[in-house]
Amino acid sequence: MIDLISTIIMGFLLGGLYALIALGLSLVFGVMRLINVAHGDIVVLGSYLGYAAMTILGMDPILSLFFGIPLMFALGLGIQKFFLNRAFKVSMEAPLIIAFGLSIILQNIYQIIWSPMSRGLTTSYALKSFNIGEIYFPLVYILDFSIALVVMIFLREFLRRSYMGRAINAASQDRKAAQLMGINTDRVFAFTFAIAMALAGVAGICFGLTFPFVPTSGMSFLIIAFGVIVLGGLGSILGTFIGGIVFGLTQTLGSYFFGVNAQLLVAYLMVLVVLSIRPQGIFGRQG
Amino acid sequence: MSEELLKLEKLAVFHGSFQALWDVSLVVRSREIVALIGANTSGKSTLLDTISGFLHPSKGTIEFQGKDISGMDPFKIVDIGITQVPEGRRIFPDLNVLENLILGSYNRRARGEREKNLERVYTLFPLLKSRKNQQARTLSGGEQQMMVIGRGLMSSPKLMLLDEMSLGLAPVVLGELYKALREIRERGITILFVEQNVRQSLQEAERAYVMESGRVVLGGDVAELREEEKIRKAYFGV
Repeated sequence: MIDLISTIIMGFLLGGLYALIALGLSLVFGVMRLINVAHGDIVVLGSYLGYAAMTILGMDPILSLFFGIPLMFALGLGIQKFFLNRAFKVSMEAPLIIAFGLSIILQNIYQIIWSPMSRGLTTSYALKSFNIGEIYFPLVYILDFSIALVVMIFLREFLRRSYMGRAINAASQDRKAAQLMGINTDRVFAFTFAIAMALAGVAGICFGLTFPFVPTSGMSFLIIAFGVIVLGGLGSILGTFIGGIVFGLTQTLGSYFFGVNAQLLVAYLMVLVVLSIRPQGIFGRQG
Repeated sequence: MSEELLKLEKLAVFHGSFQALWDVSLVVRSREIVALIGANTSGKSTLLDTISGFLHPSKGTIEFQGKDISGMDPFKIVDIGITQVPEGRRIFPDLNVLENLILGSYNRRARGEREKNLERVYTLFPLLKSRKNQQARTLSGGEQQMMVIGRGLMSSPKLMLLDEMSLGLAPVVLGELYKALREIRERGITILFVEQNVRQSLQEAERAYVMESGRVVLGGDVAELREEEKIRKAYFGV
C-alpha cells in the first residue's frame, strides 16, 4: 500500500518535470504553428550548459540558471531572427527543415565536446531524500516540481499582463488580427522562441539534476513532450501541467503494475486512448 | 476643401502572378466618410489590405498625410494612425471584451492614451462596458462588431478602414453602427468603409468610389452617383 502511495506521489512530482519539458514546445507550436523538432535537443543544451558551469566554473546548476536563462534567451532570439523568420517567408516547411538541421547539429556538438558518455548534474542535494512517515522520495523530485510550478505561474502571468505577453497571446489566436493591432509579429515570434529556449534551459537543468543524460537524450524529451501536449491539449499552460502529471502518473503506475520495461509503453497507450476519445486533449480547445 | 489625408495613385497590386488591382487612384480627405462599393471580388478588400500594408503595390504610390507609405509593414501602418476593422471581425475569441480592447492600444503612440480611449469607446458603446469581463466568443454578431470598432478606436487612429461590417447583421443593429460611425467622425476620425449594400452606402457616405474587377470605375459625391445610370442599372434596377 505504501509502495502504491509513493508511486503515485512520485508520478505526480515527475509530471511537473514533464510539463516543464513540454512547455516550450507547446508555446512555439501554439504561437508559430511550428513543430520544433529540435526542442528536445535544446532541453539537453540546458543540461550541458549546467554541466559546463558545474565542471568548469564549479557553479551550482540551479544558480547557473542566472546566466543560463539569459544566454538561452539570447540564442533563441538569434536563431529566430536569422534562421526561422527568414524561413517562414519561404514556406511553412522550411522552418521545420531548419529545426531538423538544428537538432542534428546540436547532437553532434554534444558528442564532440562531451563525448557520448552519460553525464549528470550530481550535486550534494541530488541524492538527498525526504520523508513523510514511512514514505521516502528524492529531494530533487520536489525541487523539480516546485521549479516547474513557479515557472508556469510566472509564464501565465507574463502572458496575461505584459504587452509582449498579450501580443504573443493575440498572435497565437489570429496572426492577421494581431498585425492589425500594430503588433510586429516577427518580433513576437522571436520573443516566443527565445522564451521557449529559456524554458527549455530550466527544464534541462531540472532533468540533469534528476536523471543522467547523453547527447541523444533530446529525442526522448521530444517524444515525452509530444505525449504531454497530446494529453493536455495545446495552447493552455494549465493543460500542459495536467498533461504532464497524467503522463508522469501513467508512467510510474505502469511501472508499478507491469514492470519497469512497460512504463513508457503504458504511458503511450494512455496517449492513444486520450487521442481516440478526446482528440483535442483533456484541456484542449475544440477545433 | 480640406486636406487630402490618403491619396492612392495608379496602384497595381498582385496576388502572386494574378493582378488584383489595376490603376487604382482615389483620395480620402480629412474628416470625410467615404464608401468603397462594388460586388464580391471586385478588389475592395484587397485595396484595404494594401493600404494596411499586407500587400505592397508593384506600381503606384500610397500617400498618407503627404508621406509615401507604400512599402511599410502592417504594424507600422497602425503606428502612423491607420486602423483597419477587418472583414469577418477577427475578434480574439478566447480573450474577454476588455482584453480585446486593450490589444487595440498596443502601438506605442496609443498606450499613453489607453484610459482616455477606453472611456470614449465605452461612451460610444455603453454595452461594451457592461460586458467587459465577458469572453468575446460569447458576444452576438452585432456586439462583436461594436467591440472590433472599439478595438480600432483604441489605437488612436486618424483614419479608420472598415471592411464589410454589415455581413450577417440585422438592419436595426446596422443602423446603430452607422450612427456610431457618424459620432466617430465628429471626433475627427476619417472613415473609409467597404460595403456591398449600395443603397445603404450611398445613404451613409458623403462620397463614394465604385470598383469593378480590380478597377475604380466611378467616383464622386453620393448625390451625383445616385443619378449615375451605371449605378442605377446595376444596383437599383431602374
